[in-house]
Amino acid sequence: MNGIQLAGIDWAILCIYFAFVLGIGWVLRRHMRTSTDFLLSGRAIPAWIAGLAFLSANLGAQEMIGMAASGAKYGIATSHFYWVGAIPAMVFVGLFMMPFYYGSRARSVPEYLKLRFDEKTRAFNAVSFATMTVFSSGISMYALAKLFVLLLGWNFNVSIWVSAVIVLVYIYLGGLTSAIYNEVLQFFLIVLGFLPLVLLGLKDIGGWHGLTARLATVATSRGYAAGAWSQSWSHLTSPAANPMGVEWFGMVMGLGFVLSFGYWCTDFLVVQRAMAANSMSAAQRTPLIASIPKMFFPFLIIVPGMIAMALTVQGGGFSLPVKGDSYDFDMAIPSMLAHYFPPGLLGLGLTALMASFMSGMAGNVTAFNTVWTYDLYQSYVKKDASDQHLLWVGRMTTVFGIVASVVTAYLAAQFNNIMDFLQLVFAFVNAPLFATFLLGMFWRRGTGHGAFFGLLSGTTAAAIHHGLTVPTHAVGWIKGGWLSHLLGATPLHVYPSEMAQNFWTAIWAWSACFAVTILVSVATRRTKSDEELKGLVYSLTARPKQEAVAWYKRPLELGIVVLVLAVVLNVIFW
Amino acid sequence: MGLDIRIPIGLMFGVIGLMLVVYGAVTGGGADYQRSLGINVNLWWGAALCVFSAVMLWLGRRGFKR
Repeated sequence: MNGIQLAGIDWAILCIYFAFVLGIGWVLRRHMRTSTDFLLSGRAIPAWIAGLAFLSANLGAQEMIGMAASGAKYGIATSHFYWVGAIPAMVFVGLFMMPFYYGSRARSVPEYLKLRFDEKTRAFNAVSFATMTVFSSGISMYALAKLFVLLLGWNFNVSIWVSAVIVLVYIYLGGLTSAIYNEVLQFFLIVLGFLPLVLLGLKDIGGWHGLTARLATVATSRGYAAGAWSQSWSHLTSPAANPMGVEWFGMVMGLGFVLSFGYWCTDFLVVQRAMAANSMSAAQRTPLIASIPKMFFPFLIIVPGMIAMALTVQGGGFSLPVKGDSYDFDMAIPSMLAHYFPPGLLGLGLTALMASFMSGMAGNVTAFNTVWTYDLYQSYVKKDASDQHLLWVGRMTTVFGIVASVVTAYLAAQFNNIMDFLQLVFAFVNAPLFATFLLGMFWRRGTGHGAFFGLLSGTTAAAIHHGLTVPTHAVGWIKGGWLSHLLGATPLHVYPSEMAQNFWTAIWAWSACFAVTILVSVATRRTKSDEELKGLVYSLTARPKQEAVAWYKRPLELGIVVLVLAVVLNVIFW
Repeated sequence: MGLDIRIPIGLMFGVIGLMLVVYGAVTGGGADYQRSLGINVNLWWGAALCVFSAVMLWLGRRGFKR
């Protein structure tokens, strides 16, 4: 596997890509006159561009690598992350939440929390979000550099610095617009770079039928029913019947309702793309447009992982690399690329991988810029800053954010455990967020104290649940059970898999936040009058008017079509 | 915003597509293509990228005139 030799044409394709992303930043630099241009794209982005960027910002290298790995490990059930998780949440944020995000003219998600609740809720969200984005862009930078070292024998330092400098330059020059435009380019590159892999893999394995036949062998040899890898719902009746170790309730509530709605509806990384749209209708349609390609991504990302697994059991030709006593599932996509693509197409495939990494990183950096400049710098450091000063701060923040990511990447290389620990803490902080937004947007009685203490209790509940339960075969405290360990007791519950534990941690966090927010809100006095909450709460806001345009340009109709399509996909692969 | 993103996208895929077509035509039948099941994927996929590029450029130009 080590050191695939790249031909001249592969390098040439990679360089052409670099030239175009930098060129787009260069052309856009003249349009960056105010902080709004730099940090919000002047709210001038058409719906289809914002939509593809919305999708692409989430499509980091970790998503690509991780979903393919899950495809190999768990089969088509991984599609629940799309057809149960992402799609309904994207429709919800477009139809029901965007009117408040976009309509309130808030410049960020934390700023919405300030308008709706109070300063401390905003500060809590802004600080945790800002730290989290820097860390996650650093961690994905580390993951990608490690991959290139392993796959191509590149130098770790060179991999990190070259990718960091390119992202830095194009954001520094063209701000959010440059990131968004490049995300659209990266979206097409990812699709067109990976599509031939799926086609070649399917042809090799004998189509969908050949694939399910091989995967039946995988399933039966591990003690599952024959369809466990190729049917998404049929084996969710009990945790023991599927390799994920989850049952339908944990799946629908934990992944579908809490985690996915939490991510797609409240994470500023994606919501920022919709906030940059050029009208209310465009902002509403942004996640809806994104959801259409999104629902077909399982065929692009999960299916190659499944093919990799099927080819491995079939024997002869391709095999997943082995790490320790199991397969190295993370190498599913990279090793398939190396197996099927000749020089030329290989360059395109690797460039697509590079593009997915850059789109994810640029998403993190631009979201960090805005939250830092508006929610932290302008709010706490220099309240009377002029707009030109804020533009300068935004640019400097780009530099700072990227340097901090690089530092994180090196830290991740040094101390793997610290990174696992931080990601765990962020999961605790994020899990309850959707309860706060739901109550904030649909219940006018919710108060600032309620929101703040609700969030705190949600995070605490997540930590306690994680501390009292363990997944089977857990090694070390990072996987759970640390609280039981401290108390000298046995864990209260053993989950069949880490994924099941994660889903239930999220369910507990959400429920605790929901209940405490209501209790504290009822017990405390309202600080915002109905008048102040206009445009921020559902019952006090005028519905956006239905425009007289074609049905596919109207959010409601588009949303219904998207949901119907998602149901159809679920039924086909039931 | 002064730049229609479809134009650079069309240009980039046009350049890459043409490179793949030429490279595929020159190296066709070589041992490298055993990997891709004997199909000259560079030639075919390069051609597909050229078509995509033409569509993007056409849409971009149409949008620009409007």
